[in-house]
This record gives sequence, structure tokens and C-alpha cells, in this order.
Amino acid sequence: MSVYNLNINGKSRVVDVSPETPLLWVLRDEIGLVGTKFGCGIGSCGACTVHLDGQATRSCLLQVSQLEGAKITTIEGLSPDGDHPVQKAWEDNDVAQCGYCQSGQVMTAAALLKNNPNPTKSDIRNSMHINLCRCATYNRIEKAVSDASKK
Amino acid sequence: MKIINSNKINRRSFIKRSGVAGGGLVITFNLLNSFNSLTPLSDNIDNIKYNDFTSYIKISDSGKVSIFAANPEIGQGIKTSLPMIVAEELDVPWKDVNVVQAGLDTKKYKNQWAGGSLGVKMNWDILRKSGAVAKQMLINAAAIKWGVDQSECFAESGYVFNENNQKHSYGELVSEAAKLDIPENVKLKNPDQYKIIGKNVTNVDIKKIVTGEPLFGIDYTEKGMVYASVLRPPAFGQKLESFESDNAKKIKGVIEIVKFGNKVAVIANSTWNAMKGKKALKANWKNPEILEDSEFHKNKLNELLDSNQFKSLRKDGDVEKAFSEADKVIEKNYESPFLPHNCLEPMNFFADVTDKKINLVGPIQTPERAANEVAKLLNRDIKEINVKMTRIGGGFGRRLIPDFVVEAADISNRIKKPVKLVYSREDDMAVGMYRPAIHYRIAASIKNNKITGYWLKESSINSNMYGLIPNFLPAGALKNYQVDAVNYKSNITTAPWRAPYTNFLAFAEQSFFDEIAEELKVDRVQFHLDLLENVKGTTDKRIQYNPERFQKVIKTVAKKAKWGEKSKGVFKGFSAYYCHNTHVAQVAEVELEDGYPIVKKVICAVDCGILVNPIGGNNQAVGGIIDGIGHAMYGDFEFKKGVPNSKNFDKFELIRMNQTPKVEVHFVKNDFSPTGLGEPTLPPVGAAISNAIYKAMGVRLYKQPFSKELKLKNIIG
Repeated sequence: MSVYNLNINGKSRVVDVSPETPLLWVLRDEIGLVGTKFGCGIGSCGACTVHLDGQATRSCLLQVSQLEGAKITTIEGLSPDGDHPVQKAWEDNDVAQCGYCQSGQVMTAAALLKNNPNPTKSDIRNSMHINLCRCATYNRIEKAVSDASKK
Repeated sequence: MKIINSNKINRRSFIKRSGVAGGGLVITFNLLNSFNSLTPLSDNIDNIKYNDFTSYIKISDSGKVSIFAANPEIGQGIKTSLPMIVAEELDVPWKDVNVVQAGLDTKKYKNQWAGGSLGVKMNWDILRKSGAVAKQMLINAAAIKWGVDQSECFAESGYVFNENNQKHSYGELVSEAAKLDIPENVKLKNPDQYKIIGKNVTNVDIKKIVTGEPLFGIDYTEKGMVYASVLRPPAFGQKLESFESDNAKKIKGVIEIVKFGNKVAVIANSTWNAMKGKKALKANWKNPEILEDSEFHKNKLNELLDSNQFKSLRKDGDVEKAFSEADKVIEKNYESPFLPHNCLEPMNFFADVTDKKINLVGPIQTPERAANEVAKLLNRDIKEINVKMTRIGGGFGRRLIPDFVVEAADISNRIKKPVKLVYSREDDMAVGMYRPAIHYRIAASIKNNKITGYWLKESSINSNMYGLIPNFLPAGALKNYQVDAVNYKSNITTAPWRAPYTNFLAFAEQSFFDEIAEELKVDRVQFHLDLLENVKGTTDKRIQYNPERFQKVIKTVAKKAKWGEKSKGVFKGFSAYYCHNTHVAQVAEVELEDGYPIVKKVICAVDCGILVNPIGGNNQAVGGIIDGIGHAMYGDFEFKKGVPNSKNFDKFELIRMNQTPKVEVHFVKNDFSPTGLGEPTLPPVGAAISNAIYKAMGVRLYKQPFSKELKLKNIIG
């Protein structure tokens, strides 16, 4: 085990885990930030998406030993009161069904809009293609991202 | 409505003291006795004895209303829609309602499960009555306060009013109302009086979902809890002979290794360490007589279709005679693969088994069955078992089977610690339960350009279609009609999968209908309408679809999709199906891009009776359609020597955003009691797209997934 000092949602967090532990499980089991979800463990479903220095990244593939000095943002730290335009658009469009994939979807969408504030329909569809939704809420996700881009 | 004079309103013989924290009104009544007076309320709310408790409303002195959602929420929206029904009859503004998830309590609630698209249908009367009874008790309490007859009072939006325009809020009345007799024969609202039902209400958990609050079973923790990861046989039918755990024990964080049954659990201080420990185990497995693979299943199912081992599920007239006298017999074979459920939240459960009690927490569609199975395994009294349901990251039928709850309890019982069992995706997909592979053989006889007989044979893995399915259309429309079924008992484990049997049966039959209509040179939509015409006035109680309602959805979708009108480069396919008490008709539009068939749009008409929550209902209908397209197009799942070819989402293709068409759903408006929406839009869509692909490419599809079939036929690269 080794001690790592991580910058998560603007706070310093010290964890003592083995070096190859994925950020996903550090967040969920060590720090108690369970908004980031486990779906596949191989970076295929996007449920574990967080922002690493502002970029949407699959936390199940990030080893904790590589993360000191990086700025990590999770769904819990996306906005102070859950009022990020993407979160509001998700509420307004009643996007979620079971809801399990949605924190990952919101994080991918928020990163997309940060890098590309006026995405085209095909920008949205291509960027969001990496996130699986087993309930198939895709059409509302597309609409919500588009709505959020206009705010 | 029976008018109760206020001077005849009695206080209950056994006055309930402050049983609920902060005071308040708790409404219960017995389903079997309808509105007859109840077992007297105990002064301790926990001791209230009801055989069939049907509703649970709490109103605080300050007027805050809590409505308990008693059923598991798997994404079908009933944590929102069921409390809406209570709030409607109680007549409180939705913004004042706090929805609380109830745990398993068989004394208080009935039907605490999720499946069969039955959530709204089976609770509709119970929930309306519990809201209406509470409202009447509040009215009665106000009438006593004012010294008037309660017929001079009415309730609206959380207040009771009298004819002099005086008012009391529910909160002001609740302590008095709680002491009154439970009224009989309360009046329910007419649909034209609805203020909440029929309005768009957003998912009650949406804020928590988009801010990442703990909601799901996998998010649950308790102090002192350890984590379990379980090694299971890699091939179906294998038995554990021996295992070696030295390397696993060396991993930091691994606490202990426990063999149970045919499996080995690694217990650790985190999910990751438990999973690492599992990977470090080495096990020897004994093979069964046959390690089954997909070729073996296909051969078995075909052999059974050729055999005479069938059981008839419905037999009308004489199909054999109709076939022998026919001008022509058309026969087609359809094949489906096994399918994993792939709930995005992998199977998991928390269990804490002690000498005194058993606490179970997590995502389960059947909490009562889970409690019973745990009680049986551990030889414990069911009264010692508490089950709390969390929000569930997808059900699709997988979580009807509580095997993972039993595993968690078994492990906790052995290690004497609270434990959270978490499946890896590979555990979930490759050592799971599946939609059974099924073959259908459908034949129809034609004489004088009319269909005279219809014979459907099903050969399936492990079990067959059940209930009223053999009585769905064209049952009832044809004099000579027969459904036969047979199955092969496999060591591959199977389970219900969203719209069991009909999820593939509807594809087979609605594709077959397309071929028959073509043969008869009748318009496809007209063919379906004509069949339904034959059913009108039927006295056959097994026929539960309604031909008039069915025709209405078909005519609605034909109009909305401009069926019959040509549009350049757009190829339309039609399909319609009744299941889960709901009538559905669909038109899919396919276009060719670089030779590939692309589903661009699906237009759907639905009759589910009263639409409780339009936005939630629309979400269900759209989701079912896209899910149906995804699995029909891409759902490829095969076995080789007992091992699935896909273990994770890199190999198993689920539909994603770029493959998702536009979907337009039209609900037929009427005042029939509501029926379900979680499943019924899924079954017909496979045929809607295969029939459109036929128009576009001239190829009939008989096997799913279509993408694989088109590649095998060298039609797409």
C-alpha cells in the first residue's frame, strides 16, 4: 500500500491504497464519492466518467499512482448546488429512467460543452456515443445537451 | 356516494396515539374487506395488523404529505407515477408531496414487486382508494369542527372548505381525522377531474441522480462492512473440484477466502481488492457430460421442431385438415439467440446476517421472494428478515431472480460480518441468466386467397411461453389455429427478459404476417385490421386484447406515419402487437446509406388506457422501442463449450447514440383503466424494422441479430 495525495473537487484527499487501484474504486470505496459508477471496468460504458484536468476520462482505467498533481472533478463537484446547465437540462428534459449511467453522461456532456460550447447535432451524437445507456434515453440526452449549449 | 352524517361519524374504538413521529394521519385499509371497518389501529404503528395493507399516507401536523412508494423502482418510473395516483385522490398539490421508498412489509403492502409491466395496473384501484379514504376522513374531521354535515364540505389542494368559504388545511385536521372511523364507499374522481394524473411529472429522484447522491444498491455501505467477489464456474455445467488460494491470500486487503457450494468468495476491505483476490485464485473444474455450445442448441431446437414431443397450448378447429385442403401452405422458421440482461448496475447486494436478525439491502425486483429464499437457505424465521429496496440500475427481468441476494446472505452467514457482494461485469454477463434461445416454426394454409389455418410451434431452452400468450392475435381471428410448445433442459441458466417470449415471438409472427399479406396481395395494415374484424364480438374469455382498441392504434399509426404514401429513399415497415395488456402499433422508416440499412425513425401508437404520467410514459415507450431495435440489430450472444463469446461491452454490442433513430409516440386517449408501458413497445419493433429492411433490400430476415444475418448473407460488409 502507498499513500497518495489527490486533488478531488478542489479538496486534498489522502488515501492509502495499492498503486494500481483504479480511481473509480478509490472514489467509491475509500473516499465515499459514489456518484461515479461502476459499469464495465474496461472503459467501454462511460458510467465512471470524471474530469481529469478538465477532460472527460474513464476513471476505471486511471491508476491512482498516476494522479498526484492532477485536478480531478467528479459529479459531486461539478457544481456547488447541482445547477450546472447540463444538470438543469437533465432535469428539464426528465432524461433519466433508471438513472445509473446518468452521472457519467452528465460528466461527458459537461466536458463536451466546455471544449465546444456550440456543438452541432453530429458533434453531440459522436461525443456522447461513448456512454452507454441501457434504458436507451439517448434522444433526451441529445436534446438536453443541445438545450444546455444554448444557456 | 354514501353520505355519512357528521353526528354519526364515530371515533375509532381504539384511539391511535401519536404512533407516527410528529403526529399525523396514517391511512390503511383492508383490501379483502374493501371499506369495512378495520382491525382497530394499535397505538403502536409498528404493531398494526393488516393482512392486505394497501396504501400508506402520512400527513404531518404542518401539512407535509409523505407518500410511500412500495414497489421497487427499476427505471420504469413507478416511484413517481404510483404516488401521483395517491396524491390525485387525496387532492394535494404535487409540490407538497414527499415520496418515500418503503421497505418490504408484507403486512402493510400487497404486490411489492416489479415485473410484467404491472406496477400501475395492479395498484391503480388500491392507490386511488387509499387517497380517497384519507381525503374523506379529513373532510369528516372538518365537518365535526364546523358542526355541519360533511356533505356540505369539500376538499381541494390540501384544504377542506365549507359552504361559508371557511377552510382548514389538512395539517390542521389531521390529528382529529386520525381518530375517526374509516369511511365506507368513498367516491373516486372522474378522469375529467384529474389535476395530477395526465400531467407531466419529472422523476422524483432526478436531482439526486444528476448530482451523484447515493441511491443505488451498489452505493450502500455500513460501518464494519466488507466486500465480496465470487469466483463461479467459467463454463455452464462445471463443478468445483479444488482450488488454490495462496496467491489470493497474499494480496493486501484480502481478509478471507470462503468456499460455498460450487463457488469461492474472496472477502476484502474494498471492492477492488476483492476482485484482485478473485483473479488470483486458481481452481480446477469438472466438466459436465456435455459442454453446450450454440450449434448444439440450434440442432436440439431444430430436432424438437421436427419431433412430435409438443404440448398444445391452444387448439382451435383442425389445422391439419385446413392444411391438407389448402391451395398453398407457407412455412417459415425463426431463430433467436440467448441474450444477457446487462443491467448497467451489475448485480450486487448487502447482507448482514446475525443471530438476531438478517438485514438485506439492495436492488431487487422481488424483495419478498428474496426474503423467503434467504429464510429457507439459512433456516430462519421470515420475521427476522428485513429487506430495504434501493433504486435499481436496470431490471429487465434479471432482478426477478434473487440468486445474488441469497449469495450475499450465504456469505455473510459464513463470515459473520456485514458484506456487500459486487459482481464484475464479466460475472454479470458471462455467468449470468439469459433470455432463452428460441426457434419458432410458423405455417399458414391459404385457400381461395384466404388464410384458413395457422400453426405455430415453439422450441425453446428450459421453458416455454406461458399465461395468455398463446391467446394473442391471431388466436381468436381464425377458425383453425394451434400453438404447440416443447423445450430442451439445458445447463445454461435462463430467466425472464423484458417482455418474456413475446420479445421474439412478436418479431416472428409480425414478420410472418408481412409474408402472408404479400402472398395474398393485401395491404399489410389492412391485413391486420381484417384479422381483428373477425374477433369482434368474441365470447372467448382467453382473448383479452380488444379488437376495437387494437384497430384504433393501427389506424392511428397508419395516419401519423402516412402509411401508403411513398417518399423517395424511405422504406416503411409495419408491425402491431398486444401484450402486457397494452395495444401497440408501429411503423419503422429505413433508409439505405452506403448499402447499409439505417433505421431513421419509428412512429408508434399506444393504447395503455389512462396515461398517468405522460412524460414518464413516453420515456418508457421510447426506451422500449430503442432497446428492441438494439437487440434485434446487434444482440449477438453465443456459447462455445459452455462459455459465452461475450463477457463485456467491448464484445457485446448494445445500441448507442449514433445508432438511435428518432422515435415518435402517440398515445390514444380514453378513460380505460391504465395498463403497463415498461415492456409492450419492445416486442413489435423487431418486425417493424425487418419488414422495412425487406422493402429496402428485398431480403427477408429470419434470425436475430439482423446485422449478423445481413453479413452472413454477404448483403452488408
